[in-house]
Amino acid sequence: MALDRKIAYIDLSTGKTEIKPIPLEVRKKFIGGRGLDAYLLYNNAPEGCDPLSPENPLIVSGGFLTATCASATARTHFMAKSPLTGLLGSANMGGFFAPELAWAGFHHLVITGKAEKPIYLWIHNGQIEIRDAAKLWGRTTTDTQWAIRDELGDQEVKSAVIGQAGENLVRYANVMTGIKNAGGRTGMGCVMGSKNLKAIATRGTMDIKIAHPLEALEFNKKFIEQITTAKVNKTQGTLGTPFIWGATNSWGGIRTRNFQFNQMENADEIEPEAIDDIATKTIGPHHMTGCFGCQVHCRAQYKIPSGPYAGKYGEGPEYTSLGAFGGEPDCKSAETVLTGNHLVNQYGVDNLEIGSIISWAMELYELGIITNKETDGLELRFGNDEALLEMVHRICTRKGWLGDVLAEGGIPAAQKIGKNSFDYLIQVKGMSNLHSDERGTPALALNVATASRGSDHLRSRPAIDLYHLPESVLRKIYGSPVPYDGPLSSDHMEYIGKAWEVFWQENCYMAVDCLGICKYHTVFLGATLPNFEDWPKAIYYNTGLEFTPKEIWDVAERCNNIERLFNLREGLTRNDLVKGDTLNHRYFDEPCRRGAPDIIGAKIDRDKFKIMVDEFYKHHGWDNDGVPTAETLKRLGLDKEPTHLL
Amino acid sequence: MEKFLTVNSDKCTGCRLCELVCSVMHEGVSNPAKSRIQVVKWEDEGRYIPMICQQCEDAPCQSVCPVGAISRDKEFGFLKVDYDVCIGCRLCVSICPFGAMNYNKTTRKVFKCDLCGGDPQCVRFCEANAIEFVTADVVSSLKKREGATRQSAASKQSLVIWEHV
Repeated sequence: MALDRKIAYIDLSTGKTEIKPIPLEVRKKFIGGRGLDAYLLYNNAPEGCDPLSPENPLIVSGGFLTATCASATARTHFMAKSPLTGLLGSANMGGFFAPELAWAGFHHLVITGKAEKPIYLWIHNGQIEIRDAAKLWGRTTTDTQWAIRDELGDQEVKSAVIGQAGENLVRYANVMTGIKNAGGRTGMGCVMGSKNLKAIATRGTMDIKIAHPLEALEFNKKFIEQITTAKVNKTQGTLGTPFIWGATNSWGGIRTRNFQFNQMENADEIEPEAIDDIATKTIGPHHMTGCFGCQVHCRAQYKIPSGPYAGKYGEGPEYTSLGAFGGEPDCKSAETVLTGNHLVNQYGVDNLEIGSIISWAMELYELGIITNKETDGLELRFGNDEALLEMVHRICTRKGWLGDVLAEGGIPAAQKIGKNSFDYLIQVKGMSNLHSDERGTPALALNVATASRGSDHLRSRPAIDLYHLPESVLRKIYGSPVPYDGPLSSDHMEYIGKAWEVFWQENCYMAVDCLGICKYHTVFLGATLPNFEDWPKAIYYNTGLEFTPKEIWDVAERCNNIERLFNLREGLTRNDLVKGDTLNHRYFDEPCRRGAPDIIGAKIDRDKFKIMVDEFYKHHGWDNDGVPTAETLKRLGLDKEPTHLL
Repeated sequence: MEKFLTVNSDKCTGCRLCELVCSVMHEGVSNPAKSRIQVVKWEDEGRYIPMICQQCEDAPCQSVCPVGAISRDKEFGFLKVDYDVCIGCRLCVSICPFGAMNYNKTTRKVFKCDLCGGDPQCVRFCEANAIEFVTADVVSSLKKREGATRQSAASKQSLVIWEHV
């Protein structure tokens, strides 16, 4: 049973492990996955702890439905206090790791302490061992995974590992599994590095009993049909996530040259069809692959066609790599995008963060805020592909003054670089923004500003806001499972009613993160995909546990509030430009200069934005400072936290 | 004509949903270790090959069985194990060239693909059509066309090379 899966507390300083069941009461309150991780973080991280200290707990989990007969539930979640932001750290990845962990008997791991020397965890069929990782230290993410398999003599072992970036404590180092699945954001790989934890390897052959197997099979079939027949997923399954990049760039929603433009010109070589062409030529017509149990298969396979890394096998590039190594630094070559993608995956560093930070440094260089002195003679100009890739190497190995400074993350780097460098840093809560440009879409801007892990699109983005759906359709989606009769608007330039959309999406994404479901399988890019009404059935058939749609909503709201409480405890204040629900001034001051007629001239209106944030807080039951009221906490059963239920 | 499972590994996306639905269908549990089908992977090259019982005509598992516990199903043509006769010696597990005879550590019994009684779930759930349930003549005519296409491409290529020499 999914309900039998355990939680393990592992102290790397003492080598002690403790395995406990997860009480039903906890499942009803937090379900599992990211939601329960947030509860565990709030309960286990000492207030104000240094993210790189042994006290900072690294929490690893699969979703409640992971590895049950519910498709696309392969997500692994990592949580800790973030070494990049000093606030909530959270990263989510696909692949095959979380299902294997579930077959090995575990849903949650709470890892504290620090090992004396490099080690890795070996988790198999209810057992946890700490093993020496001296031979693995210094190796790339994929070399590490294959070496662990050879050492353990089992090619089916799945590992979540760090590369050199994590070892070198790059503040936005990620955790990787497979070729390119990345728990990318907020520096969870840096936390692993700080604990001398090179990898978590797992292999399991334990049954997960399905409560109602035949019903679960039939429901899954229906679920898959609902997902694969959506047009957006058919396109994802052919072109992968780059198709979103292509569509957004055509319209004018891709920030380019850091934040100077909202569209990349002459992007022919990195358009999704061009990338698909390379995949077809180097791999063959069937070059799409997927995560465990998923029929969307949105990930392309390719070999780098030319350059110093020619012939290297890779997967992706995702939407984010096109922005990080294409639009933001304004590099137009597919070879550069694919090479950049390969390098970040091998070093184990967040592609989004590193691309944004380098393009920021490029703007500073062109403005003369940093010079050849800081770059050690590197011509760090926009469009300089070689300089871009050189900076990836330097940051991951902390080479040179600038490489070392940028490895610390945007806020500390801005302090070291000084002058007015901070004004050009496109970040929220210390984490760089995605390469999408939200000046023409207030709803998306609100999402970025208020996302709990710092600037982020996968926390609460109402992406369907761009589809101009009729109000009746919006009302059907956003009016359930809790009634909403306030305003809603089909116009993406509008501010009215958007706060509710963002609030709804925030709960929707939290719910799928608790269950371990991929966001492409809910109302993210497609309006017809499963949501609150469908999950209770998947939960019941697979686990026997009964939830109503409203109860799942309540769990999601509870978990989002726990994340909020954590952030407030660690220093979030509403208007703080470093740790607040704010946006860089350029969103308000610099209008879009390129793209479709509707977006030229667009920028965010300061006053309307403030009202939107007010509304957003009100929907949550938070006061004007963004603090949950006593009444809200009581309603959600959070008035006595921390409660240490497990 | 009897249908059998045929794999086109080029189309396999490596998602392993087939393993999941197989174990749920037969055992009521999610556990790839108890699946009749398993996807073997070379992740560093992105190659995935689903391995499944081929229901061989001259089946090594059947020949090696010392007590004659393995016989052919009259209706669907798959090889089946008679557990009343099986002594659990696992010779069939060792001899199968495809690794398609498995051993269940919980029940201490061997197990293999039974085509789900005529509606194989691996086929039903594979949207990529990497595994199909078809008759042998369909497979051979498809293979002929594929082979001919490759030959035709090769001969065109050699003509091009010849013209350049």
